[in-house]
Amino acid sequence: MNKRHALYLAAGALALPLVAMPALAQGAVASEWRWLTFTVFAAIIGVTMFVTYLAAKRVKSVADFYTAGGGVSGLQNGWAIAGDYLSAASFLGIAGLISLYGYDGFMYSVGWLVAYITVLLVIAEPCRNIGKYTLADILAYRNDPKKVRVVGAISVITVSTFYLTAQMVGGGVLVKTLIGIDYEISVIAVGILMLGYVLFGGMVATTWVQIIKAVLLVTASILLVMFVWLPYGFSLPAFLQAAIGDTKVQAQVATLLGDASKNMTAAELGQRFLEPGLLFKAPIDQISLGMALVFGTAGLPHILMRFFTVPTAQEARKSVIWAMAIIGGFYVLTLFLGLGAAMHVGAANIRAVDAGGNMAAPLLAQFVGGGGDSFLGNLFLAFVAAVAFATIVAVVAGLVLAAASAMAHDLYVGVIRGEHVTPQEQVKAARIATVIVGAMAIAIGIAAKGQNVAHLVALAFAVAASANFPCVLLTLYWKRCNTGGIMAGMVVGTLTAIGLVLVSPNMTYPKAIKAAAQKVVEGAPARAAALNEAKSSGDAAKVAKAENDLRALDAGVAKARDDLKRLENDNTSLVGLEKPLFELKNPGLISIPLGFLAVILGSLLYRDRRAEEMWDELYVRQNTGILAARAQAH
Amino acid sequence: MSAASAASAASINWAAIDADPRFQKLHHKKVSFLLGLMIFSVAYYFLLPIGAAYFPQLFGIRVWGPINVGLLFALSEFIVAWAIAFYYSRRANREFDAMARELIADAEKIGS
Repeated sequence: MNKRHALYLAAGALALPLVAMPALAQGAVASEWRWLTFTVFAAIIGVTMFVTYLAAKRVKSVADFYTAGGGVSGLQNGWAIAGDYLSAASFLGIAGLISLYGYDGFMYSVGWLVAYITVLLVIAEPCRNIGKYTLADILAYRNDPKKVRVVGAISVITVSTFYLTAQMVGGGVLVKTLIGIDYEISVIAVGILMLGYVLFGGMVATTWVQIIKAVLLVTASILLVMFVWLPYGFSLPAFLQAAIGDTKVQAQVATLLGDASKNMTAAELGQRFLEPGLLFKAPIDQISLGMALVFGTAGLPHILMRFFTVPTAQEARKSVIWAMAIIGGFYVLTLFLGLGAAMHVGAANIRAVDAGGNMAAPLLAQFVGGGGDSFLGNLFLAFVAAVAFATIVAVVAGLVLAAASAMAHDLYVGVIRGEHVTPQEQVKAARIATVIVGAMAIAIGIAAKGQNVAHLVALAFAVAASANFPCVLLTLYWKRCNTGGIMAGMVVGTLTAIGLVLVSPNMTYPKAIKAAAQKVVEGAPARAAALNEAKSSGDAAKVAKAENDLRALDAGVAKARDDLKRLENDNTSLVGLEKPLFELKNPGLISIPLGFLAVILGSLLYRDRRAEEMWDELYVRQNTGILAARAQAH
Repeated sequence: MSAASAASAASINWAAIDADPRFQKLHHKKVSFLLGLMIFSVAYYFLLPIGAAYFPQLFGIRVWGPINVGLLFALSEFIVAWAIAFYYSRRANREFDAMARELIADAEKIGS
């Protein structure tokens, strides 16, 4: 028992940066409060497990497993879409970006909502009208089923795996930072829990887990915002004025701007927090990412799949409207969460626990409840931590279901068995595929420990926007589109998006890192001298700052030395490059037009009578829903 | 409904429905409406990163206390997105659904 205790303590200590600062005791959940976090975790897991138990009784056919039998209402599906979409990256990540960079963080959140306009206008209803279980079902409607199922399934599995890896690794790191559980244990816990939901409860349980998570997430956010905003009588200008008048916010702006801030007054520094440019320096990259979001969401298999769970196109429409209200409302709330964390917790304290700012919302919760020593503060933190955990599990469940359906329904049933499969075999195949994908998710999660996977979400969106979106859009709306176009679009879209990222600045370039490290090491003595001089200036504030900076300098030099040693014999990136071939971090700007071009050229160069003969049927059905509603009435 | 529920894709003359003036009317109305809304929403969205990158002075102009043009513009993105969603669903609920219902009811009669 003692040993285990020590282990927990050690893990908890590891979760905190090693620099001993008093603020860190409040960083993640303190060990004496961990039982509280586990209690809240247990309560949420208990409720979701109970729901899974109820759902399992209702999952009999393969349609129940993949699409909850099409019996989900528009309102329920709207919440489930929000639960499927609002990953930990948007809950914790965007609040964190706002807390550290102000305006730019908020601007970043906009694209995630606008994406749903594309889904609403051109994707949701047609897909409901002609689709069945998977993205490839839509492509197979008028094209060569086997061929498009193969490329469609590969693309779906690729997108889902990128997204899944980011969620598993991000989730593992998050749980570790929050409560100090070992990374591997938390990855396995997320994986097994998710497998439990999906395997036994299929889409019914997944839907409810996503709904519960979305309700918890929105409730937690509203409560936090009430606490943060109430003191200002719910006045937006008064709240913003307080945020930018805070010295911690002003100090953060000064740090970000560096020398450029020398002649700025405190008020100007604060106001600068509400202006663009503190985070994003490359507008073209922003636009490229925006394109991937706005067109990629409509090609995300786990989002697309949600539209097969509602009975009619009208319910599909209603569900997007609800999802947009929930998702958009949530992002507006994150503005308050981020700014609240910036003024109450402070960028320095947020960064001390997690450099990416992911702990902004949890730390704000703790502050609002009364701080790290209070019961309420720790209860709030425990609640937010548990919501974050539920968030990861719900998103992962949706992703696994999407990947498993592509594997079982498209590849196994559609291609390998040529649709000659009994209903029982289909359910069995779906469950086996779920176990395979789930095990894969756990294995990848553990293997990718310590890797920077943040850009994998952007890559998933880029592939979805460059391959899936052009194919789905053109098969639905362009008569001449055919099998050749789908094959070309899927292959070109996927490969260019991935290829461009492999040669982009996202990869690690040892030479550049070594050069930067060399510079830090060489510049250290001069900088140390300057700081030491400031230390002896006598001004208390300056001395404190200089001491802090000196500590940071020491850490920086140590890291630089470490980098130099680690990369001593390493000169090229993963694909053998010394420097990026392609300057954009987000490939969308190039790969999305290429994906469209490939579908168009592929279609024009390929003759496919069936695709043209089936056009009338597909186009009439996708527009009117003839036969779609009736199929549900059986 | 009983006769209709026996219907399958093969028993419906899709080409005839496609050629039916009511379907053509639905198709033309929908395509022009959706295309217009789509172009507007995408253009309005990209004004935000473009404005932030190339017109930071404009975005920095204060309008109401600390609230500046950039913040109002970012908030307007949410309002516009919701307005587009609302506008589309109202038009679809009132107009497109009714037109589609007529076609569904007559699906097996058209062209047979």
